[in-house]
Amino acid sequence: MNLLQSLLNLPEPLMGAIGALLITLGMLPVAAMLVLWERIFLGKLTQRPGPNRVGPRGLLQTIADALKLLTKEDFTPKDADRILFFLAPLIFIVPSFLVFAVVPFGHFGGTHGPVLIADLRTGIFFMVAVFSLHTVGILMAGWASNNKYSLLGGIRGVAQAISYELPLIFSFLGILILSGSMSTVDIIKAQGGGLHNWFFLAQPVAFLVYLACSVAEVNRVPFDIPEAESELVSGFNTEYSGMRFAMFFLAEYVSLFATAAIATIVFLGGWLAPFPEPAVITGSTLGYFFWSAGWFLLKVFTLVTLAMWVRGTLPRLRADQLMDFAWKFLVPVVLVNLFVTGLLALWGRWAVAGGLWLALLLWALYGQSRAAKAERRQVVY
Amino acid sequence: MPELVEVRTEGMVLNMGPQHPSTHGVLRLLLRLDGEVIKSCTPVIGYLHRGMEKLAEHRTYVQYPAIIDRFEYLTAMFTGVLYAMCAERIAGIEVPPRAIWMRTLMLELNRIASHLFWLGTYLLDLGANGLLFYAMRDRELILNLFEEVCGARLLYSYACVGGVRFDNPPSFERHVREFLKIFLDRIRDYESIVTENPVFLERVQEVGCYSPELALQYAVSGPPLRSTGIRKDLRKDQPYLAYDQVDFAVPIGTKGDTLDRYLLRMAEMRESLKIVEQCLDRLPDGNIRVKLPNVVKIPAGEAYLALESPRGEVGAYMVANGTDKCYRLKLRCPSFNHVQFLPVILLGERISDVMAIFGSLDVILPEVDR
Repeated sequence: MNLLQSLLNLPEPLMGAIGALLITLGMLPVAAMLVLWERIFLGKLTQRPGPNRVGPRGLLQTIADALKLLTKEDFTPKDADRILFFLAPLIFIVPSFLVFAVVPFGHFGGTHGPVLIADLRTGIFFMVAVFSLHTVGILMAGWASNNKYSLLGGIRGVAQAISYELPLIFSFLGILILSGSMSTVDIIKAQGGGLHNWFFLAQPVAFLVYLACSVAEVNRVPFDIPEAESELVSGFNTEYSGMRFAMFFLAEYVSLFATAAIATIVFLGGWLAPFPEPAVITGSTLGYFFWSAGWFLLKVFTLVTLAMWVRGTLPRLRADQLMDFAWKFLVPVVLVNLFVTGLLALWGRWAVAGGLWLALLLWALYGQSRAAKAERRQVVY
Repeated sequence: MPELVEVRTEGMVLNMGPQHPSTHGVLRLLLRLDGEVIKSCTPVIGYLHRGMEKLAEHRTYVQYPAIIDRFEYLTAMFTGVLYAMCAERIAGIEVPPRAIWMRTLMLELNRIASHLFWLGTYLLDLGANGLLFYAMRDRELILNLFEEVCGARLLYSYACVGGVRFDNPPSFERHVREFLKIFLDRIRDYESIVTENPVFLERVQEVGCYSPELALQYAVSGPPLRSTGIRKDLRKDQPYLAYDQVDFAVPIGTKGDTLDRYLLRMAEMRESLKIVEQCLDRLPDGNIRVKLPNVVKIPAGEAYLALESPRGEVGAYMVANGTDKCYRLKLRCPSFNHVQFLPVILLGERISDVMAIFGSLDVILPEVDR
């Protein structure tokens, strides 16, 4: 945006509006593509062809689905709280897009600066804060629908969000110690110089915790208890149909993209390539833009695909097991992680990474030995 | 001193079903909830009543096998064979040995198909979508075998009074042997994906436990009973068909929880594979049915017979009166007992576990409602 601003020289609010428009228009096809990719990927994973009827190789399937949802009746249940029912999908969808205000999609090279709408000093915090607004949408939808399944789903959603946001934020704190800044751009710049500087190597525990929490944050398997199709019949969005359901659906995929983008920025070096970048590429403005955006999108899509893979494999956890996992496991782990990072930060980054990897290794070995000791139950003949 | 205000809370009544993605048909559960904990549960059945037993009084012995397949469409072989065996018992018809062995073979194939269907839908109940398609893929192999013999994939009309209706085509034996080889590998796949999955174990261990005494009180049968450690299997206890001549084991569980019921069904599939192999090896030549007149008339008399179906003890009580239709047919299905067992074992569980427990009993509703 800096480059655009210098070219157009428009007042800042107007630039912000243009950025918002670009993000909104840009994320719609991305979400549509993610839906299609998930269906193809899950199809291959489960021995099915996946969508292959609409358009060449089924590429227009999502568009057809979107059109179908648009033309369906916009149904409001009897005795529903009409205002809240109307507002819920809006409140659910807006934060998903808002997060992208501080996401740098790439870099224009040299002094032109990153491709970003606003480089806030509290970037990471802004993301998490905005992201947690989802929960309000879930609770509103669950309450306003006048449906018991939805209500249960909404309450579960809130309980889950409260539990998982804590370790999620804590998992960032170690990074903040290492990078010394909350700005997304500064965090990425702190990881410059190649793969060995990316924070997922220095903070392996935080990275794993973040991955688990982000799946919980977007309500996907194995943490999809607010929706829980086989128990709560889609939970909080049971009563939504047509366009309003489409908004929930869209928001979920945009959120998925957003959580993967956050992970990319914080742990995987954002737009940076995994090796020192040659001057030929960093020199050219347009060239570096495509280069950096390409790396960014590649990392994001890898993480998104990982989440889809998990969805194809794992069953759903029970609500109380989910809370146990968050409070009794993730929270202590990130707290220890933070403490160790703080201690070791004095001795430089490599010591930090070494210590944490050692801890992770020991922990994995301990888990292995425990699993080996635990007798596998068998039937008696 | 401030006055204590008593906050009144009341339970929520949740009507689960009859239209619900995982009530396996049209069961309605009236749940009284305190938060997510179940305080009471009342199953409401009858949404799928088709009058199967009454229909038996108006259809001849030749016509009715086509209807009794609908009694329980995942194990259509079992009820078909059961009906034919009842009529044969009353009339004293000796079934040729080839028909006996072929019935045994088909029953065991059908048992595997039913357990596979259960495996897929059970994991779906737990929220794992992936495995359903794998289970269906392998069930498809069995359905192809059935199609080869009867031309039908779900409702076979295979058994008839006096034997079986269709002989095996020449390629059948080769195809079954191919299936046996493939499927042994596939079971190992399932075990590596499911049995060692920590999330799955978390969901099923120590969930839905009940004691053997309780299970016996409620006339629970089949895997749900054997999971508690009671070795009761009609194939061993009162052998029918060729089960006294084949070698197989009856696995039992140790704790009576959901994990045991899962492990048990996996083990039963392996045992069924053994039986199928032995049936193939020892399949005698000869007629597939005895010659009977076109209008089959069964002399007056009555008989109760029970088979060990994948779900438990499925029985039929038949009263014949010398005409070509039976006077009364009463069907005893295991699912009915398992549904009435639900309110007892669901008490105090969480709503997420309703499906984990209900699914583990492998209830199928057309059987309950008849």
